[in-house]
This record gives sequence, structure tokens and C-alpha cells, in this order.
Amino acid sequence: MSMTVHVDVVSAEESIFSGLAEFVVLPGQAGELGILPGHMPLMTTIKPGAVRLKLPQQDQEELIFVAGGVLEVQPGLVTVLADTAIRGKDLDEAKALDAKKKAEEAMSDRSAELDYARAQAELAEAVAQLAAIQKLRRK
Amino acid sequence: MPGGKEIRTKIKSVQNTRKITKAMEMVAASKMRKAQERMRAARPYSEKIRGLAAHLAAANVTEYRHPFLAKTIEGQKPRRVGVILVTTDKGLCGGLNTNVLRLTLNAMRQWEAEGATAINATCIGNKGLGFMQRLGANVISQVVHLGDTPHLEKLIGPVKVMIDAFHGGELDMVYIAYTKFVNTMRQEPVLEQLLPLSADRLGTPKGSWDYLYEPDARVVIDDLLIRYIEALIYQAVAENMASEQSARMVAMKAATDNAGNVIKELQLVYNKARQASITKEISEIVGGAAAIAG
Repeated sequence: MSMTVHVDVVSAEESIFSGLAEFVVLPGQAGELGILPGHMPLMTTIKPGAVRLKLPQQDQEELIFVAGGVLEVQPGLVTVLADTAIRGKDLDEAKALDAKKKAEEAMSDRSAELDYARAQAELAEAVAQLAAIQKLRRK
Repeated sequence: MPGGKEIRTKIKSVQNTRKITKAMEMVAASKMRKAQERMRAARPYSEKIRGLAAHLAAANVTEYRHPFLAKTIEGQKPRRVGVILVTTDKGLCGGLNTNVLRLTLNAMRQWEAEGATAINATCIGNKGLGFMQRLGANVISQVVHLGDTPHLEKLIGPVKVMIDAFHGGELDMVYIAYTKFVNTMRQEPVLEQLLPLSADRLGTPKGSWDYLYEPDARVVIDDLLIRYIEALIYQAVAENMASEQSARMVAMKAATDNAGNVIKELQLVYNKARQASITKEISEIVGGAAAIAG
């Protein structure tokens, strides 16, 4: 029985892997990291790439691709908080700008929407009036 | 008495409505199961990341203190507030959106009464966006048409606008408003403080050791806290979606039941009218025959 460490690979949307491994290799920010059981507490960001897990009683290594994230290591526990999306400062910036632009467009478009709402209200009133007139006629 | 044909058409139309609401109820029921699963699937990540953030908040990171972890001074009223408003894209889900919008509106009024000078909003979902626009609030970012599966990728941009505003000192506090999923029959609108991160939300860390940070504490903490905020927002969106589907299911079930009652009543009216016209005809025939015989 060799030494193992509990590994969790989780993303915001789902849990990807949870189980024991003898050896873990990750693409750390400062370079490839190999983690064996009993590693000292470490926290680092990881780059997009493959997480390789050596599982006990298995020759084949388990491969998980991550789009970056955060790695936390405790002596008996390795946690990979994987990103679901490829992240980058420029990429995030572009997304933020896009969301901002949309909001501004919607704000400037407000008059159109208000007109539409008003037209809808007027239409509803007219329909109600018609219905009332019809009711009166039937009597 | 209205004519028999009119009532028949009315019954037909209500029957068609009932078919639609019944179908919507069943669709919502199956979507709800999936939405609940997704909500549960997101839990491990947010628990892990909360554990890490709690550790960081309390830990011995002497070299660097992140602005997100700034302590709020007790009793101090926020001057510039940000609200992230999570609503649904579509209607027909009972009072779900109305409840969360009312809660937000009341909070906004209170902030204004307490002297808030600016309220910025980030709208996730169509209904909230429309509401904020009618209100004339300052919407700084938005995302609509999320579909049935929440994707973090779509949320990153709009949330970053809010976080950047906080980071840049334009906002004192950021809140998030969404509908919490309690169970299928109960959903609660909630308004929670998101930034600065409150200590009670994080809980207390388990150990008191410090990590080895690589490349350095600052980079890791920056990355981690942004992800933590995003995870919280993702969780809120996932809960909101589960709430939406179950609220829609309940609302559509009520609509189906009501349609059934209306059909029953109309059927009764129709039968009465039919019976009355038959009776009238018979009495006319009898009366006519009697006149001829007499």
C-alpha cells in the first residue's frame, strides 16, 4: 500500500474528479508542479493545461484539462479549483466592456421601450373600452 | 341568457388554454429537476472556495490586505451602493420577480433616505433590467438571455464591471438580490451584502497555518477572491433558475386548475341554456297543438 493523497478537482459548474492519487502533476504559474502526499501547504494559481493524476493500482494516468484556476495543497489534500472558461486579463476586460456597452445601449434605447410600454397600455385600455361597449349593447 | 354557440366557443378556448398551461407545467417540472441538480453541482466549488477565502480573511497574511476584505465600520451608512439584481428572463412564474424587485426597491429607497448619493445596478435577467430602466436607475452592466443553463463565462463580464467599480473606489458596498431556493413550494427573495466580504459570511477557518504562496500572496489572493465573488454570484444565479422553474410549475398548476373550474362552470351554464331552449320549444309545440286542437 503506497501513500496517497486525496484530490478534488472542482469547477464552479460541477465536480470533475474526487478520489485518491499517488502523484499529481499540475501546470503551475511558475512552472510544472509535481505533488506527492505530505506536501507542505501551498496556494498557487495554475495555467491552462492538463492535470495528470497517478491513481493507485492503475498504470494509466488520469488526464484532466483545466482552463486555469487555483490550486490549494494541504498535507493530505489537493484541491484544484478549475475555471470553466479560459481567463485572461484582456479577455475579461473585453467581456466587461461588452456588458457595459450593452447596458448603455439599452439605456439610450429607453425611450423606444417606454413608448412601446405606453402603446401597450393604451391598447389594453382601448380593448377594455370596446368590451364594455359590446356588453352594454347586448343588454 | 347568452347563446349556446357562444358558450361552446368559450369552453373550447378555455380548454385550449388549459392544454397550454398543462404543457408548461410539465416542461417546468422537468427543467426544475435539472436546475436543482446544477445548483447542487455548484456547491462543492463554492464550499471549497469559501473555506479558502475564510482562511485568507483571517490568516496571517501580513504583507498584503485585499480591499475586498476591508472592514466595514459599524453603523456607517453606505454612500455609493452597487446592486447586482438577479431575475428571470421570462415571465409566467408567479410573484417571483415581483417579490425580489419589491425587496430591492425598498432597499434602494432606504439607502437614498440614508443619504446614498449613487446607486449603480448590474442586471442579470430581462425582468430586472426592464424594471431598472423604468425606474431610471443607473445600469452599469447587464446580461440577459442566459438560457436554461447558467454559464459562468457569461457572468464574468458584467460582474467585472461591478467589481472594478468597487476596486476603483467608486462604490462603498455591493449587494446582490436574488431568489433563494428553499424547496419546490417556497422561494425567498434575499438581499445580501457581497462586498466588502463580511467575516460572518466566511465563517472561521479550521487551521491557523499559512500557505506558501506562488508566485506571491498578492497575485493568488487577487485571483482567488475574484473567483470567490464569481462563485457566489454563480450560485445565486443557479438558485434563481431553480426558483424560477419551480415557481413557474406551481403557477402553471394553479392556472390549469383554475381553467378546469372555469370549464366546469361554463359547462353547467351551457347545459342549463340548452335545457331551457328545449323546454321552451316543447311548450311552444304543446301550445301550438293545443291551439289547433282547440
